[in-house]
Order: sequence, then C-alpha cells, then structure tokens
Amino acid sequence: MGRRAAIVGFGQTKGSSSRRDVTGVELINEAVRAALADAGLGIGDIDAVVIGNMDHFEGVNYVDMWSVEGSGGVMKPVFKVTTGGTTGTSVAISAYYHVASGMFDRVLAIGWEKNSESDTTGAIITAYDPFWERPNMAGAIGGLAVDASRYMHDYGATERDGARVTVRERLHALNNPFAHLQQEWMRGKDAVFLVDALVASKENKVLAYPLRMSDMCPRTDAAAALIFAAEGTAEKIAPIPAWVLAVANRHNFVYYGDLDWSRNETLEAAAKKVFATAGIREPLKEVDVCELYLPYSYAGLAWMESIGFCGPGQGPQLLWDGVTDMDGELPVNPSGGVMSSNPIGATGIIRVGEAAIQIMRKAGTRQVGKDVNVAMATGFGGCYWADVMLLGRKKPV
Amino acid sequence: MTKDKKNPNELLYITSGEMYQPYRYTLSSLSGRFLTEIKEKKKFLGVKCPECGRVYVPPRAVCGRCYARMNEMVQVSDEGEVVACAIVEFGFVDPSTGIERPVPYGTAFIRLDGADTALSHFLDCVDREKLKVGARVRAVFEEERTGSIMDIKHFEVID
Repeated sequence: MGRRAAIVGFGQTKGSSSRRDVTGVELINEAVRAALADAGLGIGDIDAVVIGNMDHFEGVNYVDMWSVEGSGGVMKPVFKVTTGGTTGTSVAISAYYHVASGMFDRVLAIGWEKNSESDTTGAIITAYDPFWERPNMAGAIGGLAVDASRYMHDYGATERDGARVTVRERLHALNNPFAHLQQEWMRGKDAVFLVDALVASKENKVLAYPLRMSDMCPRTDAAAALIFAAEGTAEKIAPIPAWVLAVANRHNFVYYGDLDWSRNETLEAAAKKVFATAGIREPLKEVDVCELYLPYSYAGLAWMESIGFCGPGQGPQLLWDGVTDMDGELPVNPSGGVMSSNPIGATGIIRVGEAAIQIMRKAGTRQVGKDVNVAMATGFGGCYWADVMLLGRKKPV
Repeated sequence: MTKDKKNPNELLYITSGEMYQPYRYTLSSLSGRFLTEIKEKKKFLGVKCPECGRVYVPPRAVCGRCYARMNEMVQVSDEGEVVACAIVEFGFVDPSTGIERPVPYGTAFIRLDGADTALSHFLDCVDREKLKVGARVRAVFEEERTGSIMDIKHFEVID
C-alpha cells in the first residue's frame, strides 16, 4: 500500500478551442500557479514534479525539458509520463507513487495540451501501428464509432440513449466555469426536450456512423495541476485533504483488432481492483460521485456497466432514471466531463482534480448536493487502457 | 509568421512548414511471411499460441496473455465476420500520405474464419443496412501486389 497520501491542491485553466495568447509553457504556468495558490504553497515547497502530455500533438518532444520554467521544475526531480488518453491519470498515479513511496512529501502533477497547434486526428493516427492500423484508421472518431457499433448491436441501445449522455454532460458543464463547451441554449431545458432537439437537428452532422457531432468530445487547449502530499503534511496544508484510497491501471493489447469489443476489459479489471482494495462491495451505493473519462456519448452507457454500477445492457436504464444526474444517487461528471473539455494530457488530471474538490467541498457551483465520502476518477486511452483512482474523505485504513 | 488582423495585440505564431520526416519501420519475420503469402498466393496466415491455442491475425511473436513465443503459422480463411464497424464521413488529412482520405468509407474489424483476433480494413460498402456487426465479408485483392496490407483492396459484404 505504501505511505498514505492525499490531494491538497488543484488548479486548472479555462478550456478553450484556442489559447493563442499563451505558449504551452505559459499555459502550464497558469495551472501550476493556480494549484499552488489553492494549496497555499510556494514552488519552493514542491519536492518533485511529474508532467505529461502527448508530445506529438504539438510536435515538440521533451516536454519535461522545455517546459521546466513554467512547471517550476528547475533544479528539481522531474519525471515525464505519456500514456495516450490516460496521460493525466497516469501522471496523477505516478505523483501518488512518488509520495506513497516515502521518497517525497509534496509532489506536483501537471497535465496539459494545446490541441489547437496540430490536427488531432492526424496526430492520433500516428500513435498506432504503421503496417496494420494506420491505413484505414480515422483517429478517435473512427475508433469510437466502431466501439458504439458493437454496444448498439449487443444491447439495442439507440441514438436517443447516446444523446441523453451528451445532454447530461453539457448541462453539467453549464455549472463549471472552466468547461470548454458552454451550450447556453440548453440551460434550464428538460432533458427529453434536449435529446429530441439533438436527434432532430440537421446541423448535427454524422462524423462516422453511428456517431454524430453531439456524440463526441471537443478539442481543447488547457492545463491542469494537482498537488499530492504525504500523511502528516497533507493535514497541515488542506482543511479537508482528498485521500487516495486506491489506484489501479491496466493495459492490454497491441492492436484494436485484438480487443473483445463487447466489453471494456481493462476498465472492468481496474475498477474491480480499486473496489477490492477499498472494501467497496456495492459500487452504486458506496461511491458518492464520479469523474469518468467518457470521451464520447455511448461510453456513458457501456462503461458504467464495465465499472459495475449496473449489469450488462442496463446503462441506458440507469441514465434515463436520472441516477447519474446532479441530483441523482450517483452524480457522474458534475464538471461536464470529457465531452465538454478534452485537453488530452490535462484531461485525466482534471478528472482526478474534479473528483478531489468534491471531497474537499471546493467545487463551488458544481458541488453535488450530498455528502461526498468516496469519489472515483478514471482515465481512458491507448488501445483501451484504463486508469482508476479512488479518493476518500477519510484516510484509508 | 502571421499576425492576427482582428486582434493585433494577439501573439504571433509560426507554422512548422511542410515537414519532411519519413520513417523506416522494421517488419517482423512473421509479418513478412503474412504479407508475402497475401502477395504471392492471396491467402492469409495467422500465428498460433502453443499455450492457449489462440490464432492471431496479423501474426506477431509473443502471445501477450500467455507470454509465450509463437512461431507456428496456420492458414485462415479469406472470409470472416464483422465484429465492429463504422462508416467514416468526416474529412481529414491522412498523416501517412499528406492527402485527404476519401470519404465516406466503410471500416471494420474482421475476424477471419479460423482466427481469434480481428484484422482492421476498408469495406467497399457504405450502406448502413449492410455494413453491420455480424455481416459476412470476403477479401478482395489488388491485381498488382507489392507486399503491404493494401494488397487487400478492401473487403466486400457477401450476404
């Protein structure tokens, strides 16, 4: 298990389609300053830095080197972590390992991306196998459309079910001043009305059948930073630290063709592991809020089943019953989630940070109405890799 | 270097220019046999794990689940089943060629009969009623074959 550790600070920049007013280094610096201010610390208090993004999205490698002035890493131990979509959650897990190992007391975890600086679809394609996968791959949109085809086939899920996930995420985003997509036209409207509007809209073009524009996440410029601290230090920094209860990460295959498309095997295994570690037997009852890496609509159905919040094929029912809305039994993505902001390397940090501030009661207008004792954050990336972090109000035993 | 005309105070930016950074990737010997078999005989080979018996297409040297080395090549069919699919409609530039990928196109993961994993490839079909999970498909080969996965022109729906 290692030494107990907690999140004591979180900072992020507002998501935007293009931050042309700053360089990547300056963007990173904004997030780091916000996290330090949140924790009431100075850069001198930081013992080590973990940073991550997808280098080839900006086409500048060695982010750990060239960002060092913005990250605050000058003459400190700096580690770079890059694991695809899971980069942010892997950075957070790595920072946690730094503290849990006993080697460092206060560790800064940074994720960032400036998607506006390149073509995201092209960049994603170059992450895959040149012989077998690149020739017909269509980036995240094509891959996720394939994923949707299987779930819809297996369980008869409909376009309306997908749109209901989108509606939840975009309504929640209206409570989050940092969310990239702010769909003001949706404010105050009924979920069923909004689902009908998305499905009927002619502007809502098909990108890759069965996915339409409203089913996908945006491309976002943003940075985010977390501060992890060891037991004994954390309590002095934060009035309510968000304790790390358990982490798990699972990688599986080389090629997409190797996957069993009817399930998300890595997320199943990682969720099972953290629940076992934390002694959680009934996830739907015992987890109070989630920040899940759902990059597209149907993930909000299928992956709820993978985590074990409901049985196979029951995702749509859980959703339509309102269980995952802000006032439901298990609010999912009070921040608006990945479908409202996706600055790839920062996205996982934001999931963990948003889960943490629900415990710390610092979520402001997006704070859920109930007590939060256990919060869950996930990351998704690569060839269906999964990261999961479980946070708690109480220290783990 | 470009200045934003609408907002002259906004920072300048530069473009990378027409980048030229070609790579030369090594093909494994099993993959080489796989492509040679397609090129010369229009047939598919998989590789079988000696421990779990799974047949992998395309072939590779190690079964990730068993961590066993694999070298037994077995023939699989040129027909199979769509396990998941999509019809790509949005336009984008193919980073391998620098030109726009022609859309719409069908794409699918196809489990060839006799294989346990699926091969990713183009379909000649963009009909939503025909290109779907469970559809039976068959490989269509190029006349002139060069030893690449694109020696398979595409797969066609056969039922």
